[in-house]
Amino acid sequence: MILLNPLSMYGLFTVLLLSQCFLISTASCETAEEKGLAIAMEADRRDNGFGDYTADMTMTLKNRHGKESKRLIRSKTLEVPGDGDKSLSIFDTPRDVKGTAFLSFSHKIGDDEQWLYLPALKRVKRINSRNKSGSFMGSEFAYEDIASQEPEKFTYKHLREEEYQGQLCFVGESYPVDTKNSGYTKRVSWVDKAEYRLQKVEFYDRKNSLLKTLTVNGYRQYLDRYWRPESMNMVNHQTGKSTTLVWENYLFRTGLTDNDFNSTSLKRVR
Amino acid sequence: MMIPGVLSYLVLTLLLLPSHAAGFEARGDLSAQGFLFLENGAWPHQEKQFASVAGNLQLHHEAADNFQFTVDAFYRIDSEDRERTHGDLRLAEVLYFTDNWEITFGLGRVFWGATEFVHLVDIINQTDQVEAPDGEEKLGQPMVHLTVPRDWGVIEAFVLTWFRERTFPGEKGRVRTPLPVDADQTQYESGAEEHHTDLAMRYSTILGDVADFGIYYFNGTARDPVLLFSQDNSGTPVLYPYYEQIGQIGLDLQMVAGEWLFKAEAYYRSGQSRSYGATTFGFEYTLVGIADTMMDLGLIGEYVYDDRDDGWLPTIYENDLMAGLRLAVNDMDDSNILLGAIRDIPSGSTTIAVEASRRIGESVRLNLDASFFVNMDSQDPAFSFARDDFIKLEILYYW
Repeated sequence: MILLNPLSMYGLFTVLLLSQCFLISTASCETAEEKGLAIAMEADRRDNGFGDYTADMTMTLKNRHGKESKRLIRSKTLEVPGDGDKSLSIFDTPRDVKGTAFLSFSHKIGDDEQWLYLPALKRVKRINSRNKSGSFMGSEFAYEDIASQEPEKFTYKHLREEEYQGQLCFVGESYPVDTKNSGYTKRVSWVDKAEYRLQKVEFYDRKNSLLKTLTVNGYRQYLDRYWRPESMNMVNHQTGKSTTLVWENYLFRTGLTDNDFNSTSLKRVR
Repeated sequence: MMIPGVLSYLVLTLLLLPSHAAGFEARGDLSAQGFLFLENGAWPHQEKQFASVAGNLQLHHEAADNFQFTVDAFYRIDSEDRERTHGDLRLAEVLYFTDNWEITFGLGRVFWGATEFVHLVDIINQTDQVEAPDGEEKLGQPMVHLTVPRDWGVIEAFVLTWFRERTFPGEKGRVRTPLPVDADQTQYESGAEEHHTDLAMRYSTILGDVADFGIYYFNGTARDPVLLFSQDNSGTPVLYPYYEQIGQIGLDLQMVAGEWLFKAEAYYRSGQSRSYGATTFGFEYTLVGIADTMMDLGLIGEYVYDDRDDGWLPTIYENDLMAGLRLAVNDMDDSNILLGAIRDIPSGSTTIAVEASRRIGESVRLNLDASFFVNMDSQDPAFSFARDDFIKLEILYYW
């Protein structure tokens, strides 16, 4: 989990969209559910093999009166073959939390593992990953929004295709498998048919009312394969608050290993 | 404050480095703090109001990707308590690491433990008792610290080359023993006194994707002294600290079980006049998004038991129940409030603590703490704080 793992978001967002059915054979896609799953799997497959990457993120919180507050976060992500990613997010600002770090091991099956490192105390605290619907650092992103989005964590239903901002998109719904702890009944996602990139997500709360809308902008391709966004904007329709994430300095295959994602490395985070 | 010459040199070297040097970073904070005690003290000379200012300077230099220097220097000036006007090098260490191991030299800080209220097993660093009545502040510990992470866990070895004495409030200070502690009369069981080299080994691992477990053995000078009666130069009765040699095995566990987080610590100590054990354990449960807001409410319940409850070597936490509520507002200013209560089961003596905090703008934080000692039993060691209810206000500027 952890903050601002653009990849994770991307994975998340990959849900629904394009269906392989069209690419392969319509006969293999009998139901909307199967088609939705096929799209999610394809989006996940397309992001396989990136290895690792680092990025710098600026998170800007904005309240309904327009007051802003910024957080600078560095993130490191390691792909774990056969399981969810490992990620580490380190806060540079606000200055009173500088050096605070989040370590997350996401798992395809079962709960993720999460730790918080508090530099003033040199203390590593395990965090309960079932608090999915909780706000991530006061932002409009919930923990479940920033967590690695493994296809196994959702069920899917393909709805339709429609044009969104000039791109033909698959529109579909995804439903959390962990209905008890998720803050959502469903998400509606727009994924472009050309590259399986998440473009927009609408989040519906437990009362099935529209809660938030996420829009994703400025995709660029790295290593001639992996798409990463420049920014994401999450608007909460019920409170009028919003959070923008802007990424810079993506670096892929920097040589990160498991040793960069354990309690020892966490304690020397700067 | 004792600073071995090598460390002074290290600090000086870091200070002289140009601040624009690659991989060099300097930052810190300045703070002002006021304590208001609600009643006059129970013991002679105690003051009612304390004001102080403090500063932290943190320097970090990355000489190479795997070679770093870190210094964290602290100083406080207190208006009333001479003992509280004090400084410390919280950190002054060199870190070198490879893919397979890492080593630090110098003054370091190591935290071991899991629970929220009482930190039983945390033993490497001495408590800076005069800095914080709750014992959460620690002094920098001179050490060589080797860490070897493996797939099956992390092995750590510590050589603790110099003993740091606990700090105590002075005569004018509050939340103290009935008689002030005279550190000039400090005694040690070991003939080597503060030069005794302490050793520790620790193994920690992740169990089954759900628990963090650690076990250690420590051999050396107890961080918590026995306080004995004496007189100072003018014949006034005082207490003096006596530090004994101990062996201690400690365990700590943090475990996730569904929506629950369970935490436990325990140790067994030998070397003092009788061997004994102590344990604390409890849970944390978080209610997310209470009342359709973004606020989270954490419920904390813990218990502590100490085998010395027969009155031998009295301790404050011998059979106590703790309960806490932690409210995280999840607003832009990171506002949060912690309300906690510690109740001694046999006597009913209760301590209530409130800690509230929020950020102001980007670089300032405001902290409000209060403690109330309720229904204190005269047989409880904490009875000497019975009249020390206080409110503390602190403002910190980070640069």
